[in-house]
Parts: sequence; C-alpha cells; structure tokens
Amino acid sequence: MTLKRAAAITGIAEMRPTRSPDGKSTLGIMVEVGREAILDAGLSRQEIDGLLIGPPITEMVPMWPAHVGEYLGIHPKYEDVVDLGGASSTGMAWRAAAAIQAGLCSAVLCVTGEASDVETFYAPRARRPTQQLPIREFEAPYGPMGVNSGYALIAQRHMAEYGTTSRQLAKIAVDQRTNACANPDAMYFGKPLTIEDVLESPLVVDPLHLLEIVRPCTGGAAFVVVSPEIAKRSDETPAWLLGAGECNIGLTLSQYETITADPIAVVAPTAFAMAGVAHKDIDLVSVYDCYTITVLITLEDAGFCAKGQGGPFVEEHDLTFRGDLPLNTHGGQLSFGQPGLAGGMSHVTEAVRQLQGRAGERQVQCELVFVNGNGGIMSEQASLVLGVE
Amino acid sequence: MASDVGTYVKPLPAPSPVTQPFWDGLREGVLRIQRCEECSRHVFYPRTVCHHCLSDRLEWVKVSGRGTLYSFTVVRRAMNPAFQADVPYVFAIVELEEGPRVTTNVVNCELEALRVDMPVKAVYDKVTPEAALLKFEPA
Repeated sequence: MTLKRAAAITGIAEMRPTRSPDGKSTLGIMVEVGREAILDAGLSRQEIDGLLIGPPITEMVPMWPAHVGEYLGIHPKYEDVVDLGGASSTGMAWRAAAAIQAGLCSAVLCVTGEASDVETFYAPRARRPTQQLPIREFEAPYGPMGVNSGYALIAQRHMAEYGTTSRQLAKIAVDQRTNACANPDAMYFGKPLTIEDVLESPLVVDPLHLLEIVRPCTGGAAFVVVSPEIAKRSDETPAWLLGAGECNIGLTLSQYETITADPIAVVAPTAFAMAGVAHKDIDLVSVYDCYTITVLITLEDAGFCAKGQGGPFVEEHDLTFRGDLPLNTHGGQLSFGQPGLAGGMSHVTEAVRQLQGRAGERQVQCELVFVNGNGGIMSEQASLVLGVE
Repeated sequence: MASDVGTYVKPLPAPSPVTQPFWDGLREGVLRIQRCEECSRHVFYPRTVCHHCLSDRLEWVKVSGRGTLYSFTVVRRAMNPAFQADVPYVFAIVELEEGPRVTTNVVNCELEALRVDMPVKAVYDKVTPEAALLKFEPA
C-alpha cells in the first residue's frame, strides 16, 4: 500500500497572521482562506468534493465541515475533522490523498483558522475546572503552564542526557528569524534577532526563554489536494505527495517511555521509504516549531543527524534560506506566528510555495521537501515528503 | 505545609470511583498505586485496564514513595492566576522506583540545587481538609 503520487497539492492560501482578531470570526477566516485556495487551484466550488477541517483550539463547535461547506456552497462526499493538534494539517494531506486513491472524491479542501490573541488563547483554559481526564486530574493541581511546561521538561531532560545548550537552541530561533525577515507576511518581519537577544529574553519555564516560545495569534490557511488527473491540467506546478507517515503515543508526558525521543523516529522513515528518497535529497526541511527544542529533536528523530547530536548539528549548519540546510524558510511559527492549527499548516503551505517557485526573496532551489506536523507534546506526529516530480 | 482552609483556589482533583483510592491514600499519608495481578507491573495513573497487558485485574498496593527527578521546570509565569503567588515554583515529573512516572511539584529545595535524576521522596501536602497532593522533596 502506498500513497506515492496518489494526489498533489495544487492550491494554497494563507492569511497574514495578526496579533488579534480585529473583528474577524473563526468561520470568516476559514471561508476566506478556503475560497482563496480553491481559486488558487484553478477550481470551482462545484469541483470540490472533499472537505477536511482542523478544529480551532479556542472554539469548540460541533460539525465544522457542515458550517464551512454550507458557507462556501460545497457539498462534500468525503468530510471530516482532523483533530491531531499541530499534526492536523500534515494528517489532512495524506488522508485526502488516501480518500482520492480510494475513489471517494477527487478534490479535497483542507482548512484551518483561528480568531484569537494571547489573552483569549490562555484565558479559557485557566478558568476550566479540573475534568475527569487523566491529564487534567493528575496534572492540573500541580500548575502546568499549558504545554509550555511540557516542552520545558523535554528540553531540561535533553540537556541533561545529551549536553544540549541554550545557545544551541537559540541558534534555531535566530536562523528562523533571518528567514522571517525575508517574508513580508511574517509577524516578526523586519525584526532581526541575535543569539544574545534570545538568551537575554526572560526565562518563562526553565530552560525555555520567551523568544524560544511560539506566540498565539489570529490567522488561517488552506490547501487543496487533487487527483493526478486534475493535477496534470493544473496551471500551477503540482506538489506531489510522495511519502507519508503518522503515529501517536498519547498526550500525558509522564506516560511516555521517554520524553527526549518521539514517534518521528517511526514516522519519518515510513515517509522516506514510501517516497524512495534519502535525507541528502531533501532541499527544504519544513518542520513544526512550537519551541526551539521541537525543531532540534525533530531533526534528530527524523534522521537528519544522530540521536543527541541536534545541538552541534544546528550550530554547524546554516538553517536560513541562503544556507546549506534551509529550514522553515517562512520563519517558522516562532517568527511567522502560530494562529492555532493554521500554524501547523504554514509548514505545508511554505513547502508548496517553495516547490512552485513562489517564495519570492527567500526562494530556494527546491524539488523535494520534508514536512512534519507535531501535536500534543511531541506525541502526535505526521510527516510528508512532497516533491515536484 | 497545609494551606488555609477555604482560601485554596487552585484546581483540585475530582476523583472518580476508579481514582478515589489513590487520593484517599494521599490524605492518609500513604502512597498507594495500582499493580497488575497478571503481569505484576505497577500502573499509574489509576485505570480500569493494565496498559502493559490489557488485563482488568488491578490491585492497589502501597509503594515506597522513593524515586528520582526525571525532569523539572521552574515556572516563572503562571498560566492559571491561582498559581501566580507561587512563582517561581517547580513543576516536575518523578520516576517512582517501582517504575511509573508521576507529574508533581518539588518542594523544600533551592532552585539551584535541582538536578535531573536526583533522588527524591514523597511528601503529602494536605491542601484542604478533603484533598492532599503528592509532592516530592530531596531524599
């Protein structure tokens, strides 16, 4: 069973992240980017027969596909909510391809959106009572700082096991900021950063500094996955799905076998093997970056360097769009912004943009991209290999 | 180290019939967790099925309360305002010597003295007359 070339992404859309909703609703954002992605793919609403939605984090509404479909006049024959946290978008891409391969549909619109700011993102959780979910009953009484404290626990243990340093982690944030300074749509466009800036920013949850932590904001993104037949008559270069993999090991950190390695170690080899490509063939690494440590561990477990060598590896390589290992050329979520699940989708949209030669100043020579989505606390992973041929 | 009665505004455990014996144990100053009668491995958090072998035969056993600090973070900005007065405080995972890991706070320890894998032992923080939390201090 393979999904290699079962489908391609031909159209994308992405709202420029903003610090607050400015009057926009989540549904309004989703239909705006949904419409743009359909038009970008050169399709009509009648040709869209599949619809996948990544559920907004701050608006728990039943039946999102029905709301979005109705607003856009789409009557999907294949529809679902893909609720994998930050892995939702990469998860949507391969699900769409599988549905197309199964003959259920031929053009699937995948949508994410979030109308929130830092206040609304954190506030509802603070007021939510302890519920009878194990992660709440056995963690909330001890004062976790959302998922921030979870990633801090991972970083602390990674430092103890492998000697990883804050300076090495800061390098990731700095290189990504250099990329954001070549992306006018990034929230931190025009604001270059040094390693000292990162290390001198306040410690929020040791060992993580403020500038190593993603900022919740408002935004949205969408892409359209189409059948090979539709892809071949597209005006845009199709970004073919060549490989995919997915795995989840839970959500509660105390339950993992280890917190310094994650299921990307299973997922990435699956995606690479399906695509029949090697790491050296990859032109762009577009991987989830809610925190600096997320990128470092992803590079290790996806096989770009040996386990535990992520620190020296990021020091030795230039991760900017001009560098020897371009990574998160849009700035990553750390510098682009994290509008809910659309933050995870930004790694897909940037991959497609680069493959289609539409990345402007930050364009890299790009035929093959490794994309990873990470959900939960490095517990939910879905990877893709996308390519132009 | 008990907090003032009636002023405790932080989240409290909401025990279910499945988890009640664990919380009851803490109130009595005893660390009691589950062990699988079929595969003999310890289980935490409390469950109706053993996540090692899917047996539904789980018994409650007293454990030592000794363990090591698997990882920790110092929270310097509280997300829940109820914890704001406590910052900086230590949010941690402890590995019990019987195997399972628990989410907890480390207390009675200078922040500079915290080390991954340091030995720790259980303390029972009776935060209200009805509820005690499992915390750890240096052993």
